[in-house]
Amino acid sequence: MSEGPDTPPFSTVDINNDNRDDEDLFASAVQEVSLDSEVNGAREGLDKVTISDAPSITASLSSPIMEEIATERANNIIITVTEPQKIGEGMSSYVAYRVLTKTNMPIFSKHDFAVLRRFSDFLGLHEKLTEKYLRSGRIIPPAPEKSIVGTTKLKMTSTPSTENANGSSATGSVQSQFVERRRAALERFLNRVGQHPVLCIDPDFREFLESDTELPKATSTSALSGAGVLRLFNKVGETVNKITYRMDESDPWFEERSSRIEALEVCLRRLLGACEALAGERRELAARAHDAARACAALSGADPHAPLSRALSHTADLHEKIEHLRLEQSNTDFYVLAEHVKDYLGLIGAIKDVFHERVKVFQNWQHAQMQLTKRRENKAKAELANRPEKIEQSASEIIEWESKVERGQQEFDTISRVIKKELERWDELRLAELRAALLRYLDEHMKHQAQSMRYWDAFLPEARAIK
Amino acid sequence: MMDCVEDTNHDPLSTHSTAPQTPQGSADPKLERKKPNENVSLADNSLLVDISDALSEKEKVKFTVHTKTTLPEFQKSEFIVVRQHEEFVWLHDRYEENEEYAGYIIPPAPPRPDFDASREKLQRLGEGEGALTREEFLKMKEELEDEYLATFKKTVAMHEVFLQRLAAHPVFRNDAHLRVFLEYEQDLCAKPRGKMDLIGGLMRSMTTTTDEIYLGATVRDVNDFFEQETTFLQEYYSHLKEAVAKVDRMTSKHKEVADAHIKLSSCITQLATREQPSTERFLTRAAETFDKCRKIEGRMASDQDLKLADTLRYYMRDAHAAKAVLVRRLRCLAAYEAANRNLEKARAKNKDVHAAEQAQADACAKFEQLSARAREELIDFRTRRVSAFRKSLIDLAELEIKHARAQQELFRKSLQVLKECQ
Repeated sequence: MSEGPDTPPFSTVDINNDNRDDEDLFASAVQEVSLDSEVNGAREGLDKVTISDAPSITASLSSPIMEEIATERANNIIITVTEPQKIGEGMSSYVAYRVLTKTNMPIFSKHDFAVLRRFSDFLGLHEKLTEKYLRSGRIIPPAPEKSIVGTTKLKMTSTPSTENANGSSATGSVQSQFVERRRAALERFLNRVGQHPVLCIDPDFREFLESDTELPKATSTSALSGAGVLRLFNKVGETVNKITYRMDESDPWFEERSSRIEALEVCLRRLLGACEALAGERRELAARAHDAARACAALSGADPHAPLSRALSHTADLHEKIEHLRLEQSNTDFYVLAEHVKDYLGLIGAIKDVFHERVKVFQNWQHAQMQLTKRRENKAKAELANRPEKIEQSASEIIEWESKVERGQQEFDTISRVIKKELERWDELRLAELRAALLRYLDEHMKHQAQSMRYWDAFLPEARAIK
Repeated sequence: MMDCVEDTNHDPLSTHSTAPQTPQGSADPKLERKKPNENVSLADNSLLVDISDALSEKEKVKFTVHTKTTLPEFQKSEFIVVRQHEEFVWLHDRYEENEEYAGYIIPPAPPRPDFDASREKLQRLGEGEGALTREEFLKMKEELEDEYLATFKKTVAMHEVFLQRLAAHPVFRNDAHLRVFLEYEQDLCAKPRGKMDLIGGLMRSMTTTTDEIYLGATVRDVNDFFEQETTFLQEYYSHLKEAVAKVDRMTSKHKEVADAHIKLSSCITQLATREQPSTERFLTRAAETFDKCRKIEGRMASDQDLKLADTLRYYMRDAHAAKAVLVRRLRCLAAYEAANRNLEKARAKNKDVHAAEQAQADACAKFEQLSARAREELIDFRTRRVSAFRKSLIDLAELEIKHARAQQELFRKSLQVLKECQ
């Protein structure tokens, strides 16, 4: 179990990651084609992984070297989620998304392909990935939360929400907002999985992206099903476990990390509140600009002085434009900043899950250790009492538990190691993402201000024209 | 607490714009302003009034009214008195009551000093202190104090403009009450309104309104000009009122948007402290950007308030004053018609015909005179309004462009810095 080469394996992550964050797919797609030689390198690694695919899923420890090779390259895969469309009517209706994939990874049969997936399929995928990889210490990118209120509202409206996307009705815009947010979140989720060296070659993930047939309905993800209730119970149990069981941390690295993550979470929650407040205030400001525009229009109608009336009606127009600008600003506040922070919080949740998983593995190991000690004591007692059949039984038990302890320890070491690696990867990614989000936020606001300047510039001659 | 309103204290009323004010820091909400004497009437320096100082004491605001004059009616050439808001209202009422001025648009009385909004906000801030970090609290408090100061300055400016309009007016400046107001060193016994007074005021305003409706319904006006003016002013006034309310709501929300940046900035700073040095630098810079952005947004809000809302507000009150002229004219017309009827009756009875004729002629002359004056005043009101709106709108556009440019520049620069900051 060597740690692999000490060179930072993520040297390419940043650059490619930036490309991916740009929404200009085609530009980066073209770029990636030219990276052929590197891709070929990746292919070798990936081919090997494919061979050892099955074991690497059941227990990732069996192919650590392959994995290391795979992590050295960012995956050339770009996934876009588009065209949310409502299918069916009433409570049984659902929204389907078009999932477009562009890749030159050899593991996929084609370079670009598209499938239609519904929201529960995404959750199903998340579920499967969690089942398979959480135990080995992988950070599973969080899937968007299920929102019963949002979906129910959406189901209850008779018009497809896509038509409402640019509609003027308030409910329509709220719904299209809901759908758009979800779309963006789903896209992020898929791309994160796609960028993950191990998760991206998972057969379920590939099936999700490639298979033309409808996926088996993932019933267990439904919020109201029996499985959902079961899951709820499990969750409660785990939470109780989390609260009651305190592990003596032997590894200072983990100790430091988990306290840092806790602190980060608190900060981020506050930040999210601040972002949402700002977006909300701005949205209200837009509504009030609209009112002001209406009042100005009425005033201009009542003004007998023609040039002034004209100028006032221009003021009204201007404020209407400003209303739209404010809405866009609010959207920027929300989609670029608040969503990012929310997402960030989701990732932190995933990390905490992984930490908890490690604690569970530790618990198992400790349990095995205790059992072993007990058996040894039994054997010693038996030896003292001189009962050979007992001694024999204890001896075989000891062997059994010894191997269990060994396995537990091995498992614990592995998960600790994998988590360290995952977290390092995540640390780089998250900082790059945070950076990108903030830069994009400022950039968009800069554009908004330029727009506002253009509006007022155009208005100035109108004001001057009042005679 | 007062050093933060820099270029935002433009005088709200462009027609009577006063000289630039220089705010000076001091511990209590007290305001001192120095101004050159070249304001108001350019050609005529015979009566110059300004409010050199104002002091807020509990609920009351005391204005120091400073007068410089060369008019022989005054005993001295320069004097200072301390007046309260109620005395301004008293002076205004004296003008309204005087029949000689019935044809003139009387400058609207300044609005009552109202700091309730600021106080309430401060109180709410105090209650919600626990939810904020110390830094956020201090910033919010500073914002509120600035806001309070701005309101205070505006109030003073409104009172000053009222006096200046009177002093610059060829007729109003000679009024005896004005002289008393400016000169008399004691209180004018215009006590703050008690409950009875309030009711009295309410009654009075009710009678004016009913008068308006009654006269509007009973007296037939033959003059097209005035008829048009009446409908115009009535409609215009209501639209102005609506516009003022909406623009006010907009600016106050804009202020809240600016304030929301405080929390954002402080949260990012907090986040920065948990990160590696390079990221910390990055985030601290970003937080600084948000803080600067807040200041610009705040200026935008206050300039909108000064340029758009206040202009609308001032002309709303002026339109109201113009409406009052029309009501007075109608009242005069009613009197004239009554005189006509009296004359007819007198002629029918052949009794006191001469006196009735005299009264009728007087009423007629009075009405004619008032109408001519009112006509002039209303036309003047229109041109005044147009030029004021023009100036305000131009100023507003220029300021908005300036702020948007500043904001854009801020974002551009910080983007540059942040991109470099690896």
